[in-house]
Amino acid sequence: MTVADLHRAYRDELLAHGLLISMGVDGLYGRSGTFEAVVEGINRAVGAVGDADRPEVMRFPPGIGKWQLEQSGYLKSSPHLVGTVHSFTGSDSDHRAMLDTLAKGEDWTANQRTTEVALAPAACYGVYPAIGARGRLGAEGALVDCYTYCFRHEPSVDPARMQMFRQREHVRLGSEDQALAFREKWKARGQAIVSSFALPFEIDIANDPFFGRTGRLLAASQREESLKFELLVPIHATEHPTACVSFNYHRDLFGQAWKIETADGATAHTACVGFGVERITLALFKHHGLAVGRWPQKVRDVLGL
Amino acid sequence: MSVSTVRARIRAVLKGTDYLQVDIDGLADDADLYAAGLSSHATVNLMLALEEAFDVELPDRLLRRRTFSSVYAMAEALAEIGVKEAA
Repeated sequence: MTVADLHRAYRDELLAHGLLISMGVDGLYGRSGTFEAVVEGINRAVGAVGDADRPEVMRFPPGIGKWQLEQSGYLKSSPHLVGTVHSFTGSDSDHRAMLDTLAKGEDWTANQRTTEVALAPAACYGVYPAIGARGRLGAEGALVDCYTYCFRHEPSVDPARMQMFRQREHVRLGSEDQALAFREKWKARGQAIVSSFALPFEIDIANDPFFGRTGRLLAASQREESLKFELLVPIHATEHPTACVSFNYHRDLFGQAWKIETADGATAHTACVGFGVERITLALFKHHGLAVGRWPQKVRDVLGL
Repeated sequence: MSVSTVRARIRAVLKGTDYLQVDIDGLADDADLYAAGLSSHATVNLMLALEEAFDVELPDRLLRRRTFSSVYAMAEALAEIGVKEAA
């Protein structure tokens, strides 16, 4: 069985059990009540740990301003993953022409124009401009808890590679020391949380899937500098584990992009930890079975199930 | 083309950009450009500008952070793919 076969087999199993609901597009699914109960259990478990630091809670919609996408630098590194929202802006005759085209089964999208909205590539993309707009940080920096649906255009039969999925993130903005200390703290916390779910895992250095030749340079740099770590859980096969949590240090990338300054006027450094709640949910169903009632009691207790 | 000319042309690529937080004229050939403020995104711009200026395509093995760490390192990388002093 190839890895793609394993992906398809697990997806078919989830669809057959009604945990995921087909929408006719690879990577786009509805979730059942049971699936969502597990997602919310994971979310609560992460929140219970993070709340100790009293983060500021920010909840953004799954869209960000197109201007925010432009200013973030994401188009430079990952244009292939971007989703922009388009809408019809034509006249009555354009509308008739569009419906004619649609009726013929041809491409009806010619008159669609980009709107001012883009889809969030990560939950934290709303946070940096919001903090940057407040002016200089205090000595304690900033700490934000965010959670939203994200979009990445990478259609796949792997149920763990959805095009629309949620990230629960905590984001630290401040000095280099503050950002690095935050990442180390969450590396330990992330392992403790996933251990409490009774899932096997490993931590490894990672890179983002940047685009093209310039992306190879960015990926090599990211690894050379150990900027990104992932907590990987085997979902389909032990030799191809899936990243379920990532621990990222951005240096001053977002500090520069959003003119975020520390109390002493230096460009802020940032770090974030992101929990892929659907991926962890899929790992739980894989390791403990599709019937939540038969999961180990201690895992159900942690998840409040 | 002499090596010093290669370095001069690398400096010309950096001159007048905002890749660094200081002027390249104030830095030695072996000065660490990352310490001078070169960010990862600016490195991407530098890579593209360098390839255009020398009409080359850097192979994957050279698409690394250290290739762009100094004027000297870039000259070394260019020499490795045949951009070097003429006999």
